[in-house]
Amino acid sequence: MRDVASSELEPIAESEREQLIQFCRGGSEAGDAAFEALFRRHQRSVRGWILRMVRDAGAADELTVETFWRIYRARDRFEPERGFEPWARRIATRAALDWLRARKPEYAVANEFFADLPSPSGGDPAVAAEIRRKTALAFGRLRPGLRVAATLAVIEERPHKEVADALGISVTAVKLRVFRALRLLRKDLERLGIKP
Amino acid sequence: MKKQGPGEQGNKGTERIEWLLRSVLPPVGESPGSEYDLWPAMQRRLRAEAAGAPVKVRVPWFDWALAAGLLALLALFPAWIPVLLYYL
Repeated sequence: MRDVASSELEPIAESEREQLIQFCRGGSEAGDAAFEALFRRHQRSVRGWILRMVRDAGAADELTVETFWRIYRARDRFEPERGFEPWARRIATRAALDWLRARKPEYAVANEFFADLPSPSGGDPAVAAEIRRKTALAFGRLRPGLRVAATLAVIEERPHKEVADALGISVTAVKLRVFRALRLLRKDLERLGIKP
Repeated sequence: MKKQGPGEQGNKGTERIEWLLRSVLPPVGESPGSEYDLWPAMQRRLRAEAAGAPVKVRVPWFDWALAAGLLALLALFPAWIPVLLYYL
């Protein structure tokens, strides 16, 4: 699995470096062509990153376009030496957070991402389904900042450094957010009658 | 039998809740990406933003100076306003 830490260490290919320089200049045919090439090369990874946070395929498509639009607008602030992907992930994370903040918590997780799972307790399927529903509901009630940190660090098991870079915060702040998210989740589940 | 301290219990509780979370919301992992190319949607967005963007009109400094002079003149001689409007 490719992560930000390793991609930062990889030398940027000469062709991509040239594209990034052209993209930063912008406003010309070469700049637009460079943007298209960057879009085609990175759209899958950016969409995949967004999908991890929003868990909604349609929204991930929309937010990928929104992310690249923000990238296009901010191209004069981009530093090619720092690599395109970490920068794109940071912008994508902000776009995903904006989207999550604008949604009602009860719709935070699309059904397709948890409905067909095997029973976590291995017991009564109806009870298991109720536990799943309540857990998803409680998780959806968390603040988007906490939810995204917990999703990336706990569910997706991404390195804390990568999550910190994407959220624009320190590794310690990521650990704190994850800790707070899990504590709040446990309290909410206990209130709903589930003792994890 | 060794008793569990509050720290150990806390760790186990955290592990359990992490396990529950991963069971309920399985990782998306490396997604195969969208089924279709998003570039046409991106192009539409770029065109829409370009069409809706406010057009910046650059006014030369000389025009600003003329307008300021005219306003100053009308402030000093307000009787000229109807004459000016008649000739406009």
